[in-house]
Amino acid sequence: MNGKPLVSIVSAGLSKFGKNEGLYARELFADAVKEALDRCPRLDPKRDIKAMFVGHMGEAYEHQGHMGAAAADWAGLLNIPATRTEAACASSGAALRSGIYAVLSGLADVVLVGGVEKMTHRTTAEVTEYLAMASDYPFEQWHGITFPGLYALMAKAHMHRYGTTEAQLAAVAVKNHYHGTFNPKAHMQKEITVETVLASRVVASPLKLYDCSLITDGASCIILTKPELARRFTDQPVHIIGSGQASDTIGLYERQSLTSLLAARLAAKTAYDMAEAKPEDIDVAELHDCFTIAEIIAYEDLGFCPAGKGGALAESGETRLGERLPINTSGGLKAKGHPVGATGTAQAYEIYLQLTGQAERRQVKDAKVGLTHNVGGSGATAAVHIYRSNQQ
Amino acid sequence: MSDTAPFTIEQFYKYLTEGKLMAGKCTRCGKIHLPPRPLCDNCYSQQFEWLEISGQGKLLTYSVIHIAPQQFQALAPYAVGIVELENGLHLPGMIQGATEEQLKIGMELAIDFGTCSTAQPWPKWPRYCFKPA
Repeated sequence: MNGKPLVSIVSAGLSKFGKNEGLYARELFADAVKEALDRCPRLDPKRDIKAMFVGHMGEAYEHQGHMGAAAADWAGLLNIPATRTEAACASSGAALRSGIYAVLSGLADVVLVGGVEKMTHRTTAEVTEYLAMASDYPFEQWHGITFPGLYALMAKAHMHRYGTTEAQLAAVAVKNHYHGTFNPKAHMQKEITVETVLASRVVASPLKLYDCSLITDGASCIILTKPELARRFTDQPVHIIGSGQASDTIGLYERQSLTSLLAARLAAKTAYDMAEAKPEDIDVAELHDCFTIAEIIAYEDLGFCPAGKGGALAESGETRLGERLPINTSGGLKAKGHPVGATGTAQAYEIYLQLTGQAERRQVKDAKVGLTHNVGGSGATAAVHIYRSNQQ
Repeated sequence: MSDTAPFTIEQFYKYLTEGKLMAGKCTRCGKIHLPPRPLCDNCYSQQFEWLEISGQGKLLTYSVIHIAPQQFQALAPYAVGIVELENGLHLPGMIQGATEEQLKIGMELAIDFGTCSTAQPWPKWPRYCFKPA
């Protein structure tokens, strides 16, 4: 972990995740920005913030495109360059990556990156249709393959190849719901059992309702600056020491593998190399558990276990809070919720709290190095970031 | 069949209505593209020829979809899968004529060009499906 800081996080904010009835996306975003500003009184938003990138996946939800400007407008950040980034469920992972480009280019010393999605006012059928837009239209959507369907195809292939079981998938959901009970901002804050998961209704076999992340409203943001300026704004910056983003075929069917995401492996390699870090160095990680199988595949793609052993790792309990490698202490997409555009920087928010000792009842003891893994669609985009606390 | 037909998704579906499963083969590097594409992602050539592919293949993975978008709700639950054809080409689609218990990874399937009519203005594509061979 000798990698030099690329940029430093000086603050972060998160709206309540859940069913935020009557709140518009830009209003949720303003909530997240307000928390970030309150945490960082030495930063003057109108003087210091020079650019903004906002992850937002779908115009269809609110009949609202152009979210960069709309979110800046409602967040009191009018007139700065404000751009929406869209990479499906990795939209704000891509916003974070764009913010790093902006700071490192020298064009903007302080950049706010975030994301937002307002989803719960739509019916499940509508959300199913909108989410599917992240997949290939002519050969996936056109033939009735849904978003859970794509992950179900991966789950079935993983089970067939490695013997992964439905109970191992369920273990991911049980753990993340347990973690959600310690997060007052999580959508679901209730423990569940393996039996609950296995008995829940089938969405796309073998995935059941409790294998799926939640349809959630929410917003998130973090504020980035050059490492040499960080102390001007906070005594407790968190440094980003590795950043990787990669893409792959838009259609799942054209991939080399149905049991691993090449984009995630490439993004992870770039991030690990930049950070001069290894999987064993990671103390806490937020992984893209849009479906339980996705967390199992992520364990393997990130090198937390060998290929094919992700199911066993999930079942071992080693990724629970208090154990060797706590994964998704926030509750993950599974229990905290998955407002798709907000997810990437919501993961960064959790790691920021963990590495500054502010994660309260879900604090990982002595956490110094964190990782986020944000996936777009069925894996056509992946962004991996590695973070280090300011204490050496 | 004309070799001058554009190597597009639109043309792929036109051939399907004629009962043909057609891929584009790059005449420079030999890479076979299914679906066809107008720019070879391997060597950047735009020179292709059409290659008819057998519609017989093996099931790589499958799922039975229970929660469907509006457009497909009348069909739910329905099976979908990815089929491996000759030359290692993959094609996803619905699978008809088999119950979930009958579906097995590795089973032989064949494309069925029997199509549903499409009333919408765009796209004017037919829907193929796969059936047990």
